Amino acid sequence: MHIFSPPSMSLRFVPVWRRNLLVWRKLAVPSILGNLADPLIYVLGLGYGLGSMLPEVGGVPYIAFLAAGMVCSSTMNSATFEAMYSAFSRMHVQHTWDAIMNAPVDLDDVVLAELAWAASKSVLSGVAILAVVWLLGLSGSVLSLWVIALLPLIGLTFGALALAVTAMARSYDFFMYYFTLLVTPMNLLCGVFFPVEQLPAAFQAVAAFLPLTHAVAIARPLLLGQIPPDAVLHALVLLAYAAAGFYAATVLFRRRLLK
Amino acid sequence: MAVLAARNLRKSYGGAEVVAGVSFAIAPGECFGLLGPNGAGKTTTLRLCLGLTDPDHGSIELMQRPVPGEARPARARVGVVPQMDNLDPDFTVGENLLVYGRYFGLSEGAIRARIPQLLDFAGLSARAASQIQTLSGGMKRRLTLARALINDPDLIFMDEPTTGLDPQARHLIWERLKQLLAGGKTIVLTTHFMEEAERLCARLAIMDRGRFITEGSPRELILRHIEPHVVEAHGDGVMDWSDREAGKLASRLEKSGETVFCYAADPAPLLSSLANQGELRYLHRPANLEDVFLKLTGRELRD
Repeated sequence: MHIFSPPSMSLRFVPVWRRNLLVWRKLAVPSILGNLADPLIYVLGLGYGLGSMLPEVGGVPYIAFLAAGMVCSSTMNSATFEAMYSAFSRMHVQHTWDAIMNAPVDLDDVVLAELAWAASKSVLSGVAILAVVWLLGLSGSVLSLWVIALLPLIGLTFGALALAVTAMARSYDFFMYYFTLLVTPMNLLCGVFFPVEQLPAAFQAVAAFLPLTHAVAIARPLLLGQIPPDAVLHALVLLAYAAAGFYAATVLFRRRLLK
Repeated sequence: MAVLAARNLRKSYGGAEVVAGVSFAIAPGECFGLLGPNGAGKTTTLRLCLGLTDPDHGSIELMQRPVPGEARPARARVGVVPQMDNLDPDFTVGENLLVYGRYFGLSEGAIRARIPQLLDFAGLSARAASQIQTLSGGMKRRLTLARALINDPDLIFMDEPTTGLDPQARHLIWERLKQLLAGGKTIVLTTHFMEEAERLCARLAIMDRGRFITEGSPRELILRHIEPHVVEAHGDGVMDWSDREAGKLASRLEKSGETVFCYAADPAPLLSSLANQGELRYLHRPANLEDVFLKLTGRELRD
């Protein structure tokens, strides 16, 4: 197999995905609560605290504006953490991948399984926030159900990008660069906390290239009961990031582990 | 028909040839030992055979399938006990076997039916629900061996299966490997323990600097490469004695630290000379595989 050949995709990833699911099931309740606590504090703290001092943002109360941002951002964070810290532990610390590759499962299958798992776990986080948003009455539209279909795409996008980073990591410290250089800027520039239009033109231009912008651009109208303009275009941008990230991750893992 | 055949394997890393032209064929039911100092290329050879890395030159056939091309289906008939324990720390003993069996595409029912048998083989029947962290080193190795058998493989690769184990645990592993051989399995074993190789392997190769430097049964290698008797002497003045007497009486001498190893076809003259050296302590023993190994690969450290 050439190092640059396209990832081989097969259902052999399923048992590896199930392995991660079995581990997660043992810690499911603390894991969900842990994933929920952080974004919930943001929604409530910023939404009610900051929101009470603000006029309407984008034509709605601030907390309703913030909801879509937090759904996207916490889905991104969940996929990112899983594909970086947890996948790195399995690959580098526990040597779980080595054990799996002695069975009739290839590295490509393992990478696909990690991507699918990171996306699955992030969907759970996203759905948990979404449930809170509904319970708080921040979105009453039937259209908001479509966000559930968007969550896997967000998970695949950020899971794939994070896996490419993991493939290059020598230690956990390496992940700080990705958080500092990409995750934090995305959380602040991509319309999670305030409309992108509030930023200077140069920042807006940067934001237009960042994947989280496109996730928020689909989720926010849906939660507010509108059909998102250019939804297909935004989805294609996310899909392109997911495909590029997955391909890069596959090539980088092959270079690292099959040498 | 060989279960594993390699022809002229070569593999380089950054200009250094780690495997430098290795050929061998392993027959069904055989226990083949691969001996060599650290860095000799043993683990890389195993990785090549499993299709986990591509050779620069040469060809491999594993279970009659070309590797790396059909390595994945070939591995379905193979078990691997890796050098480093990589059991799943998040799972119990039983779950480790269940999850591993799924990687082979085995049905849930087939795996669950097989687990009690494997736990019994590994002496872990009472520990099915134990967490991995609570197991001793020997138990972990036995579980790793049981895991490698989940698919009832024809061929089992073992990379230093008893490194780090106490003698009791080591003997138990050896007994299990003999059981597997008696049951018709083929084993490829790398090891640093000459005793292990002598006990288990019908045929072995000594590897150094990427090449097989000799190959044969343990007995053949001893006959071919070394004098039948060894007298080890140490104590104050041993170097003087060695220069004065042993040089003439032994066919070959090796000095390592404070010990002189005298190799000879007839040990009697050495022993009578030593009998007159009150301050020297000595041991007379038959030559063994370790003597062959040290003669061929040298006594200096390899790190």
